[in-house]
Amino acid sequence: MRRTPTLVGATLLAAALVAAGCGGGASDGKTRITIGLFGNFGYQQLFEEYEKAHPDIDITDRTASYSDHHKNLAAHLATNNGAADIEAVDVGYINQFKANPGQFVELGSEVKDRWLDWKWEGSLSKDGKQIGYGTDIGGLAICYRRDLFEAAGLPSDRDQVSALWPTWEQFMATGKQFAAKAPAGAKFFDGGPTVLNAIVGQAPTGYYDKNDKIVVGDNADIRKGWNLVAQGVADGLSAGLLHSTPQWNTGFKQGQFATLACPAWMMAKIKDQAPDTAGKWDLAAVPGGGGNWGGSYLTVPKQGKNTDKAVALAAWLTAPEQQAKVFATAGLLPSTPKLYSEESVAKKQDPFFNNAPVGKVFTDAARALKPQYQGPKAGDVQTELGNAMQRVEQGKQSPDESWNQFVGDVKRLED
Amino acid sequence: MKTDWRERRHRWDTRYAPYAYIAPYFLLFAVFGLFPLLYTAWVSLQDRNLLDGDAATFIGVDNYVQLLTADPYFWNAMGNTLSLWLLTTVPQILFALGIAQLLNRRLRGRTFFRMGVLLPNITSVAAVTIIFAQLFGRDFGLINWVLELFGAGRIDWQAGTGSSHTAIAAMVVWRWTGYHALIFLASMQAIPTSVYEAARLDGATSWQQFWRITVPMLRPQIIFSTVIATAGNMRLLAEPLLFNPGAGAATGGSDRQFQTAALYLYEQGFAKFDFGYASAIAWLLLIATVAITGLSYLAARRIRTD
Repeated sequence: MRRTPTLVGATLLAAALVAAGCGGGASDGKTRITIGLFGNFGYQQLFEEYEKAHPDIDITDRTASYSDHHKNLAAHLATNNGAADIEAVDVGYINQFKANPGQFVELGSEVKDRWLDWKWEGSLSKDGKQIGYGTDIGGLAICYRRDLFEAAGLPSDRDQVSALWPTWEQFMATGKQFAAKAPAGAKFFDGGPTVLNAIVGQAPTGYYDKNDKIVVGDNADIRKGWNLVAQGVADGLSAGLLHSTPQWNTGFKQGQFATLACPAWMMAKIKDQAPDTAGKWDLAAVPGGGGNWGGSYLTVPKQGKNTDKAVALAAWLTAPEQQAKVFATAGLLPSTPKLYSEESVAKKQDPFFNNAPVGKVFTDAARALKPQYQGPKAGDVQTELGNAMQRVEQGKQSPDESWNQFVGDVKRLED
Repeated sequence: MKTDWRERRHRWDTRYAPYAYIAPYFLLFAVFGLFPLLYTAWVSLQDRNLLDGDAATFIGVDNYVQLLTADPYFWNAMGNTLSLWLLTTVPQILFALGIAQLLNRRLRGRTFFRMGVLLPNITSVAAVTIIFAQLFGRDFGLINWVLELFGAGRIDWQAGTGSSHTAIAAMVVWRWTGYHALIFLASMQAIPTSVYEAARLDGATSWQQFWRITVPMLRPQIIFSTVIATAGNMRLLAEPLLFNPGAGAATGGSDRQFQTAALYLYEQGFAKFDFGYASAIAWLLLIATVAITGLSYLAARRIRTD
């Protein structure tokens, strides 16, 4: 009988290991709500506020990088284990997830009126199930470095700067002027993929048509933008940095580029990455006018243990009052149109951006925005397009070769 | 009667107890190793979305046919895997032999150095990769700074095939060389000094002693290290993934220049949600790993022991 304890011990150990893998629930009688985010949602203060109002709730957030976050979420949904109670999903991925609405709690349409129509429809599944509450939208502007513009002999006043580039062609022409007298180490824009994303965000049709067919290969607007950006790269206007990489982050600190396509959430990134550049940045109109890039949703995976409380928290976080606070602190553009005429939002100025009237710029942008249909794998197409532009920037391929490879790569996404 | 029972129990004990001792390992292996392996094989025969297992359809070997005959990116990934396997495994073993030889001498602070070579191995792979990605940075990387100091141009390490493989191999070699060096060192210390003394009397140089005595005597450890290193290096994932963070991470570079087979699996499974296809890649990678491990075993066995 001396053997058995060993076996029992081993079995217990194994059981303990398994059990440890699926722990959860707070020990102090509070309900713990976990929330999975990427980037900066500006929620920290709101969490504290909510916990104060609901003493039985303990909010734990975990933040990963953009692509890690969405791939982890996919893995957690697939294994039916490990997802946070609330999971943020970017517009580039929402279609992929809403194709399987059964994985998420259906949120109903009681608070539908909060949002812009297209924001609401963005997370609505084909069979009419709502899986996400809208957080922010992107809008588009151009962030630029006043000091670098001045050094290169360009005007630095935001109205004058906006007047330099009503079109993207003129934007590139300004870039050449900048390059002629640019301070050492500074290029005109951060990287081709960033500029191209802005141009794509303005096109009436993006990667997909409304029947979920990928049409980017024949999209004349995007091809025109591609040629323009590739020419800009050839003219030496690009710092060759891919957005949302560590090298790009370093680029902010080192002042490697003078302009950046700026959806509202991009401003939060700049502040996070280069707090020392406060006051050096300013905000100008985007060439071409209008457009959207990015924006997110909060979803509640069905596998969670506290889905009711999670839905309540997600609804609270995305309510107009909270979106207004997020706009005030982190600058994320609300997706609730009611706020666009409210003074606290519309009149907001941002000292980091030399007191630029961010409220006016972005609420105008939101009102003028013509929504573009996003297909099921828009995020993947955007990745392939970014890779394609990088091949040009790295000198691996000519613009035409790279475009043709890109068209073949997105075709694979449909199989 | 009672003695008889006790005797029989004693016999059972000696006969079956060892199986009971090793059973936990095999039970755990069955749950966490064998079952996933077989389940993956089953999934690889399906057209299956990662998020929607109920809608999966059985398609036989279609995934394998597609991979082997019509998917250039799979072969690209396999090529990268083999290239990285060579670039990591060979230097790893050679450097480890050299370091073990150095550590086998009388030197001050021997224990300190011996433990020191193991340090890279116990650091997290993510941390190592992030640091190395900075060292190999294009604009502000230390290595490019040194290259420029010596008049050589900057290298965009991530852009090229050879340069990116070199950078990734450097991470792996840095992490694992010390581990293998310690294994070699332990066995070196077991080689009787009389053998070396006899060789020295016969006039053998230390270089000859190393290649004619040390290396042949280490044959079992070299085989072990080669097999372990090969099995690990054939499924590199974290290094190529983290070498190029950002939205395009899973493609392993703008032109998939450093996408390994494991990374391609990750892309297909977790970015494209094609669970069946990813499972087929997993099985093909397993087969390739077993084959390459067998080959490296045969190669390492050819070390002469006479």
